[in-house]
Amino acid sequence: MTTLPGLVGFDEALETFDPVMGLEVHVELDTATKMFCGCPTGFGAEPNTQVCPVCLGLPGALPVVNGAAVQSAIRIGLALNCSIAPWCRFARKNYFYPDMPKNFQTSQYDEPIAYDGFTEVDVDGDVFRVEIERAHMEEDTGKSLHVGGATGRIHGAVHSLLDYNRAGVPLIEIVTKPIEGAGARAAQVARAYVAHLRELLLSLGVSDVRMEQGSMRCDVNLSLRPVGQQTFGTRTETKNVNSLRSVERAIRFEVSRQAGVLGAGAAIVQETRHFHEDTGETTAGRVKTDAEDYRYFPEPDLTPIEATADWVEELRATLPEAPRVRRARLQQAWGASDLEMRDIVGAGALILVEQTVAAGSSPQAARKWWLSELTRRANETGVDVSELAITPADVAGIQAMVDAGRINDKLARGVFDGVLAGEGTPQEVVAARGLEVVSDDAALGAAVDRAIAASPDVADKIRAGKVAAAGALIGAVMKEMRGQADAGRVRELILSRLT
Amino acid sequence: MSVSDDPALSRDDVAYLAGLARIDLTDAELDHLAPQLGVILDSVAVVGEVADADIPPMSHAVPTSNVFRADEVRPGLTHEEALSGAPQEEQQRFSVPRILTEEA
Repeated sequence: MTTLPGLVGFDEALETFDPVMGLEVHVELDTATKMFCGCPTGFGAEPNTQVCPVCLGLPGALPVVNGAAVQSAIRIGLALNCSIAPWCRFARKNYFYPDMPKNFQTSQYDEPIAYDGFTEVDVDGDVFRVEIERAHMEEDTGKSLHVGGATGRIHGAVHSLLDYNRAGVPLIEIVTKPIEGAGARAAQVARAYVAHLRELLLSLGVSDVRMEQGSMRCDVNLSLRPVGQQTFGTRTETKNVNSLRSVERAIRFEVSRQAGVLGAGAAIVQETRHFHEDTGETTAGRVKTDAEDYRYFPEPDLTPIEATADWVEELRATLPEAPRVRRARLQQAWGASDLEMRDIVGAGALILVEQTVAAGSSPQAARKWWLSELTRRANETGVDVSELAITPADVAGIQAMVDAGRINDKLARGVFDGVLAGEGTPQEVVAARGLEVVSDDAALGAAVDRAIAASPDVADKIRAGKVAAAGALIGAVMKEMRGQADAGRVRELILSRLT
Repeated sequence: MSVSDDPALSRDDVAYLAGLARIDLTDAELDHLAPQLGVILDSVAVVGEVADADIPPMSHAVPTSNVFRADEVRPGLTHEEALSGAPQEEQQRFSVPRILTEEA
């Protein structure tokens, strides 16, 4: 399985083929209750403890729409510059699969609440406009646990176990129009779009957008066409690509795979594919032989949604500033250069830096920690920087200790290690690991005296006016103090003795 | 939709719908049921004779909209109650038969 024949290098593939992408993003809303019943929506509860006759599809149960979810849907539509349907209905999507106990999913079909929008995504400093086809309301499905297969997968399973806590959680599906013209930057554009959506949804306060917990999930449609051709090629749909990095990897892999198939003169099979986090590859799933017939029909148990102009304008007034406006405002407030802002946004750290500054850190320090230290660690472990187990308040707390002279930058790195390892707050880590700098002048002075005595030649140079030579003595003192000293203070002590 | 709009429902239409609904019908049953369903559709089609072209199809009996629920948690079922009707349960979950029949 790991040696797939006929893969073509990504860059090579793009010399011959032009990728066309379509992204479907599912977002769970963070309402207190489900879409059509009063069950709670919290993540991680015991199986089947957040269920009721409505979300279990028991006979006679009557669903009623969660008004807060409709408001969130309209606000998302507006934030994506969509038209809002003045009148629309829910529809039943009928299918036989045990993830929905009703044998249908309540969704929207040809009357989405929001349609025909666009959003502008920053890709390495360039603005890329992504057209939005629609954003519609639906409900999430239950969670399956497959038993008896070798790897917990559905293939080879003897039977499956269903937990319906998630069934009925409000979901918004955001579908792009075909994204063309990204060329060699296709994977970057897709990743930037999903990151941008995440930021937008966070700023709207409609979802916690935790990709690792599944509250935001992405399906990637991809096809290739020969460069210069207008008509689209046959596409594949890769399901459940659930991190920003995976979006990029899945696209790179599908481009390479499809280019290999097409290059060998074979045809792409229109099918659903699965992405594997461990290998970065996709494998074939269901073949879409017939167009699926879900027998959609208007949901008779739910009233239509009528979004009056007044209501829509009322909701429009609650929208936060657009991401680009916000970025410009923050850039000015922080005195950051274009390049610095691009780095912050590119790293997905805008909100993190903003919150760190709000927690009392200087913009420079906040940027430094998130972009160098923490981004590096995120890359090492293959997660998004926002997924690290450290909060902006922690980072601001660490910087406050640096500012107060309690720790230095080198010791701060040890504090990051501790916090990321789950050892507690920065204060607790400093105490437990004994990371505080020695501010006891007597102890420092003794170390300085020893360093001077050990290097009389260096001491003579300083006495003769070569202050730059102090570096060697500072280094010796810092080494003796095992880094737990303030280098500035050590320098002062050396110079006060020799000049 | 793959079922034709022609009110005269064909035998193939019924076979297709039965497949979607996971209902196993023998040839004899198809012969028997297809004309019956046709009669039912013809009867309902009478409504079309009184509804002019300017009357849009309706999906709801009462013309209302925006019946909403406040986003407030309401008590649901315990897991014992939820699973009480399940033919089989395991690990506090509903146990269902194998979903895919063939190895893929």
